[in-house]
Amino acid sequence: MEIDPTELPNLVDAGSPLRTPEFATTDAGEVGNDGGLLRNMGRVFAQNKLALISLVFLIFVVLFCFVGPSLYHTNQTNAELALSAPQNAAPSHQYPLGTDGNGFNILGRIMYGGQISLIVGFLAAIVSTVVGVVYGAFAGFFGSWVDPLAMRIVDIGLSIPGLFLLIALVTIWRPSASLLILVIAAVSWLVPARLIRAETLSLKTRDYVQAVKAMGGRRSRIIGRHIIPNSIGTIVVFATFTVADSILFLAALGFLGLGVPAPQTDWGTMLSNGVNYAADGYWWEIWPVGIVFVLVIVALNYLGDALRDALEVRLQRH
Amino acid sequence: MTGFLLRRLGQAIIVILGVTAVVFLLGQLIPGGQARAALGPKATPMQLSHFNIVNGFNESIWVQYWHYILRLLHGNLGYSYRNNQGVTSLILNRLPKTIVLVGAATLLAIFVSIPMGITQAVRRNSVFDYSATGVLFFLYAMPDFFIGEVLILYLSFDLHWFPSAPPTDASAWAVFTQPNAFFLPVLVLAVTSIAAYSRYMRGSMLETVAEDFIRTAQAKGAPPRRVLYRHALRNSLLPMITLIGLTLPAIIGGAIIVEDLFNYPGMGLLTVQSASNDDVPLVLGTTLVATIATVLGSLVADVLYAVADPRIRLGEG
Repeated sequence: MEIDPTELPNLVDAGSPLRTPEFATTDAGEVGNDGGLLRNMGRVFAQNKLALISLVFLIFVVLFCFVGPSLYHTNQTNAELALSAPQNAAPSHQYPLGTDGNGFNILGRIMYGGQISLIVGFLAAIVSTVVGVVYGAFAGFFGSWVDPLAMRIVDIGLSIPGLFLLIALVTIWRPSASLLILVIAAVSWLVPARLIRAETLSLKTRDYVQAVKAMGGRRSRIIGRHIIPNSIGTIVVFATFTVADSILFLAALGFLGLGVPAPQTDWGTMLSNGVNYAADGYWWEIWPVGIVFVLVIVALNYLGDALRDALEVRLQRH
Repeated sequence: MTGFLLRRLGQAIIVILGVTAVVFLLGQLIPGGQARAALGPKATPMQLSHFNIVNGFNESIWVQYWHYILRLLHGNLGYSYRNNQGVTSLILNRLPKTIVLVGAATLLAIFVSIPMGITQAVRRNSVFDYSATGVLFFLYAMPDFFIGEVLILYLSFDLHWFPSAPPTDASAWAVFTQPNAFFLPVLVLAVTSIAAYSRYMRGSMLETVAEDFIRTAQAKGAPPRRVLYRHALRNSLLPMITLIGLTLPAIIGGAIIVEDLFNYPGMGLLTVQSASNDDVPLVLGTTLVATIATVLGSLVADVLYAVADPRIRLGEG
């Protein structure tokens, strides 16, 4: 018997055992898979309160970060101006969440840093999903020598601990926020590639794919019009988890001081700066941003769980 | 079993070879090339081309890769121009510390999560099960640096129970002489794994309990404890071995965060410091070493699995 990681619920990549159906923490109830994608998603939220709360919370955070600054004006870009404000000030009427070591208003800074965390996380997830899906679909569909070669490349990529690869790429390129999107995507396209390749292997034996083939449909058309649309459930579910992972990756880089260049910031960089003052008991520099950050990650995970239950996706590695 | 082991060893070698190619290519991607990275922005074209000739960087990429592999086989991981020192010796100084940290965290995770998962499975759907599930889900979603910050804030600065500074003893054996200083780093590194492992252990246990051989054992009249520990536990532990192998990249990556957080002088901290110094050869060296450690770790896990599972040990595979 060969030890086959595919027999285990997927563990490292799609995150953890927590993300496998057996271990689902949400209760989606009896959700059929007969309607369209949107209708199914609508039903998830009608039946699964936790998913609905997560979605509402995420929408709130997005509004908070992107609309908030236009209602609550704070200086987040001018470091000299910020120094005229009190530094490490405790929460007060003027500064609801206090100020940080540079005099930046923390409530405003959570919005400002959140913009970068959310944009980078979201776009990195989109880029890595698109690259992974196209790569996986082509590898699975072409078969013969292309498939094993393509999958060995994925194996090699996955054996490099993600954070090390990320740090190596960041050291070589010193990225701006927009380059960070590509760098994070360069680390996270591997798992979707593997998932979609597995999905393609099973889809390409279906009658309707065979029928298009028999009618002389081009391969790119089969992949684009039949294989990828039919894997949309897997793609959507996995993309949700990838947003969470990308935000975490960016935060880890920020925490190590390798994130977006100052005076830009993200939630990880904020946590990293906060720890410098932790010894002085400035809890407001850690807790508020930490709580928002963790809740966003938890909400994205619940959302992914619920979508997976609803779309009956098994995120197995193959 | 020999066939299985040889096949698995072959796979590991191919993956390691592939990783060397990836790391080599990353080295080629440095803007301005290795010479510019080593000599700095003020170097003249003459100096640059001299550097390239001396170091063989003017050869074709295939020749360069061949030389790179030859150097690796001699244990030479490159040269850190920032430190004026070989990458290998820099890493060798730090590696034992990281191995101790990762090893201790993995052991802690195993010893906490297996009993936890069993208890949750045995008392399925009890208050304990639900509350453990909830707490573990949150711990899993919490990034390790946030957990670490909170623990430092309260356990070391407020309560003074544990130091937030790394062990002062230079040798890796400080884990025995200064266990207090190891407590927080090891705990923080283990938390995410504890959450994942115990969740998995619970599921694996529940799955095993539903198997036919458990019903057979019960039907024979074996006492419930014996069924649980002799029959169910042993079988549910098997997939745990593979799980631990698969989560190694995450733990080794997590060591970077923990070492940075506690200023623990291991390979992870070396990586972060060299990244801030633009020391590309050193970062590529630690990346390669970390990856080889990961590949070897999962190889060991697979071998252990083969040894532990009589279906493989007795030669079905």
